[in-house]
Amino acid sequence: METNTQNPPSIYKQTLLAGLWRENPTFRLLLGMCPTLAVTAAVKPALTMGLAVVFVLLCSNIVVSMMRNLLKPHLRILMFTLTIATFVTIVDLFLKAYLPKMSETLGPYVPLIIVNCIIIGRAEACASKNPILISIIDALSMGAGFTISLCVLASIREILSTGAIWEINILPKTFVPWAAMRMPVGAFITLGLLLALVNVITAKSKSLQTQKNSK
Amino acid sequence: MDTLTTLLLTFISIVLINNLVFTKFLGICPYLGVSGRIDMAFGMGLAVTFVVTLAGTLTFLLDHLILIPMNLEVTRYVCYILVIAGAVQLVEMYLKKFFPALYDSFGIFLPLITTNCAILGLCLFINLWGIDNLLEAVVLSFGAGIGFTIAICIMAGIRENLDLADVPKPLKGAPITLITAGLLTLAFMGFAGMIR
Repeated sequence: METNTQNPPSIYKQTLLAGLWRENPTFRLLLGMCPTLAVTAAVKPALTMGLAVVFVLLCSNIVVSMMRNLLKPHLRILMFTLTIATFVTIVDLFLKAYLPKMSETLGPYVPLIIVNCIIIGRAEACASKNPILISIIDALSMGAGFTISLCVLASIREILSTGAIWEINILPKTFVPWAAMRMPVGAFITLGLLLALVNVITAKSKSLQTQKNSK
Repeated sequence: MDTLTTLLLTFISIVLINNLVFTKFLGICPYLGVSGRIDMAFGMGLAVTFVVTLAGTLTFLLDHLILIPMNLEVTRYVCYILVIAGAVQLVEMYLKKFFPALYDSFGIFLPLITTNCAILGLCLFINLWGIDNLLEAVVLSFGAGIGFTIAICIMAGIRENLDLADVPKPLKGAPITLITAGLLTLAFMGFAGMIR
C-alpha cells in the first residue's frame, strides 16, 4: 500500500482488493474485535454496525488524508481520535433519530466505534501517508471487508440460535434453536472456528500455488 | 450500612457478573494480544485498573459538573475521549518522574490503554446505567479494572499451559485463544443471577 512505484491503476485495484481478503481486518488482522463479537447475535444489527463503521472510516480517512501534511507526529493520534469521535457522534445522533430501536440494541457499541482499532489503524497506515483517492478506496475496501465479515459471523449465529435469517424463518419447525449461540460463548467459539477455516483455506491456496510454481 | 451493602454489591457485580471482558466484549484486543505471559498480563491489568478508575471518576465529574448543567451532552464522546487520552498522558508523565521503576514495568502498556475499549466502554456504561452517585461510580470503575485483571490473568495462565498442548494446526494461535475465551465465559455465566 505504501509503495507508490507501480502504475496508478494497479495500486487502486490492489488497495480495493486488500480489504476483502488479503488484509481483511477481522479475519486476517484481528482488528476491531469488540463490535465483531458484541453485535453479531443477529444480521440486522451487524449490518447496521458495518455500515456505521464504513461511514466513519470513509469520513475520517478523507479528513486525515486532507490534513496529512499538517500533522505533528506527537499529536497525530490525538487528532485522529478527535476526528473519529466527531463522526461517530454524527452517526450516533443519526441512529437515535431515524432508527431508535436499532440504536437501543447497539447501545454503547456505537460510541465505541471511536476506539475501534480498524479506523485508527487505517488513518495511521494509509490515510496519513496517501492522497485522498487512495484513502477513499482503502476506506471502502476495508469497510466492506469488515461489514462482510460481520454479516458472515452474524448469519451463522442467527441461523443456529433462532433458525431464522434477517428475522425470516428458513429452517423447519423441528429445528431446536441453540440458545448458546446468542450468548457470548457462541460469539467467541464461532469466530474461533471461522478463523481456523480461514487458516485452512490460506494453507490450501498456498500449497496449490507452490505446486503450480514447481511445475 | 445500606450504602456499604450497595457498594459491595456493585463491586461484586461488575467484577464477576457483568465482567467487561466476558459479558460485554470490552478490552478484547489486549486480552488476546498481551495475555501470552502471566507477568505481562498482570502488569497490563494493573495499568488498566489504575487508568480506568481515574477515567471513570473524571468523566463522571465532567458529565455532572459541566456537560449536563450546560446542556452539552452532544459533545460527550469527544470530551470523554479527550479526558481519557489526557489521563493516560498524565499518568505516564507522573510515573516517569516519581516512580521510574513502576514506569519501566508497565510504561509500555500505557499508550496502548488510550484505545482500550474497556475504558471508554465503562465510562459509557456508567452513563447508560444512570449512576448518579460519585462513590458508586468510583467503585464501579475500580471493580471494572479488577474484573479485567482477573480475566486477563486467568487467560494468560491458561495460554502458558496451552503452549505445551498439541493443538491442531489450523487452530493454533488466535482461534484456540478465542475458543478458550468462549469456554471461560461459560464458566463465568455461572455467576449470573447471583445478584438481582
